[in-house]
Amino acid sequence: MFWDWNYVWEIMPSLLRASLVTIEATFLGFLLALVLGLVMAILRMSRSQWISVPTAGLVEFIRSTPVLIQIFFIFFVFPEFGIVLPAMTAGVIALGLHYGAYCSEVYRAGLENVPRGQWEASTALNLSPYITFRDIIIPQAIPPVVPALGNYLVALFKETPLLSAIAVLELMQTAKILGSENFRYVEPITLVGVFFLVMSLVAAALIRQVERTLNQSLRNPGGGQ
Amino acid sequence: MQLRPLAICAIVFFTAGLAVASFANFREFIPGLLQGAWITVQITVGGCILAVVAALLAAVAKMYGPLPLRWLAVAYIEVFRGTSALVQLFWLFFVLPHFGINLEPMSVAIAALGLNVGAYGAEVVRGAISAVPRGQWEASVALNMPRILALRRIILPQAFVAMIPPWGNLFIELLKATALVSLITISDLAFKAQQMNQTTFRTVEIFSIVLVMYLAISIVITVGMRTLETVAARGMARGR
Amino acid sequence: MTTPMVKFDNVTKRYGSLTVLDSLNLEIAPNEKVAIIGPSGSGKTTVLRMLMTLERINDGVIYVDGEPLTHMERNGGLVPADERHLRRVRGNIGMVFQHFNLFPHMSALKNCMEAPIHVLGLPRREAEERAAELLDMVGLGDKKNHYPSQLSGGQQQRVAIARALAMRPKVMLFDEVTSALDPELVGEVLQVIRRLAKEHSLTMLMVTHQMGFAKEFADRVCFFHSGKIAEQGAPEAIFNNPQEERTRQFLSAVLEAG
Repeated sequence: MFWDWNYVWEIMPSLLRASLVTIEATFLGFLLALVLGLVMAILRMSRSQWISVPTAGLVEFIRSTPVLIQIFFIFFVFPEFGIVLPAMTAGVIALGLHYGAYCSEVYRAGLENVPRGQWEASTALNLSPYITFRDIIIPQAIPPVVPALGNYLVALFKETPLLSAIAVLELMQTAKILGSENFRYVEPITLVGVFFLVMSLVAAALIRQVERTLNQSLRNPGGGQ
Repeated sequence: MQLRPLAICAIVFFTAGLAVASFANFREFIPGLLQGAWITVQITVGGCILAVVAALLAAVAKMYGPLPLRWLAVAYIEVFRGTSALVQLFWLFFVLPHFGINLEPMSVAIAALGLNVGAYGAEVVRGAISAVPRGQWEASVALNMPRILALRRIILPQAFVAMIPPWGNLFIELLKATALVSLITISDLAFKAQQMNQTTFRTVEIFSIVLVMYLAISIVITVGMRTLETVAARGMARGR
Repeated sequence: MTTPMVKFDNVTKRYGSLTVLDSLNLEIAPNEKVAIIGPSGSGKTTVLRMLMTLERINDGVIYVDGEPLTHMERNGGLVPADERHLRRVRGNIGMVFQHFNLFPHMSALKNCMEAPIHVLGLPRREAEERAAELLDMVGLGDKKNHYPSQLSGGQQQRVAIARALAMRPKVMLFDEVTSALDPELVGEVLQVIRRLAKEHSLTMLMVTHQMGFAKEFADRVCFFHSGKIAEQGAPEAIFNNPQEERTRQFLSAVLEAG
């Protein structure tokens, strides 16, 4: 038999519970990525070479090496310094760091697209750099890059199965355990695949929708706050 | 990808890694890690070749194929982009034997990663082909070329230059994804790292060196693609 | 009367609800040179693009050298042409474009060799000899190995003419071939076309805004207006003594602009 529906119904509850862990890891990881990304973007755009060059190096380093090794690194290395992290926390930190590096490039593109005149006008109004950044620059820089950030949310979501490597009980790990308990991998792994496919397609449709709405409101900035 | 900070960083990390490693009697684990790195390189190269072939076929089928072929290409692209690489790897590894198809782990690794990156590559190829001016197709018709010939001799060579930088990024994504194959029993760099971590407990040293090794391979890819781009762009400044 | 080289039989072309050409009837004799003039949007470029099969037609039949181009005979009737038929009949036609459309990744010589080798199946050496000869003829014998980006607009357009001729067409189409050129480069291209008209027995159709050249070059001038031929005849008749009000208006507007 290629496909056993009874088995599917039997394992469904465990998989659904595990999918909540996957979703939790996705959102926590992405939240961290959004924050770290902004910090890295700002540091990388710093006027001092002593700050910008090492940040750039770090960003490129994170982007050039496998996230799996980064997960291992954080999971195994921190305890050496006496900080024992639960697997879930280590995994979320690693994903957040990895995608933070990607997000920082997106932020940077957004920040660089704000015309210089905005800084000059703010200086002319005697606004402090912090206020300028918070009230003038960020509100203009972020909306155009929301779809690009959304794409990284989806990418991060698709990387969460890696957490199975450090035994986080997310969807993939649960499917593997179910598979080995019952000596049948077809259904659990296929279901995991279908889950990711459906979620990604839904997310892609949402991003397109956001993009369309943004394009409209950016083209006609008078139309509402 | 910025080359200069990357290079600076590589040197810093490499020296740091070396310093740490020399403290740690790195002769113990360097040979094992190099063996793993060699497997990683083999999978990367195999996967990249498969990815390029799959991307070209899928993009051309999606753009110009007859309807059933077009659907097949769209299904391939959406499924492989919509699910994660690890799920695909496990599916090929655990589920295919159930249907009586037994592949070597190495073949599974190359197939899964190549097809995964190929699906992203298909969109790169499609974008580059659509960016070739329409007049090039029209001139090909006016010279009575069959569509396949026009695609092969006129359109693809022009699309090629525009494809190189995004392919460079995809190749690095593929390199990074090779770490996943350690989870299906292949003793690549990531696998060796874990194995040695368990036997020697030199956690910091091992993982630092492994990260630097991955960085080194990705710098080779970046430099290689830059060179290819310079060579390909020569004499191709579009004259239309 | 001989078979016309090109014949449009009640050809209609629509884009959505917009009719670009309205039951066009036009016959062009072998070796005849026809200039097509008219305001923009009158459908004149569409005539050439349909003949080159770059646009599908909605109604009617186009014949080339007595044979249907857009259709083929099957059981005594006409059915839409398949790719093979299209390619066989289309081989009689060559076209030169407003924006040259040279292949940027090939030298001038290679541009002229590509289709003869891969479409006509000429041996490489023969294709190269012919390409070199044609480049000589358009005055670019010394620029054979240059890439399009290394050539001026006028030179690129002359390569494009040589490239089209290398396929030995019976009919040559020129679509506003000087419109994208700087004024000082127009002359060299027209000079080549003039020579071509004199020395080769080619049927030529030219969409142009160069009224002076149309007058000197053409056997017949067709004035297009909103998808129809509003007036046609010998150049002297059209330019010196237009019968239609629309023709008069168009000519005075064009000549005033210089």
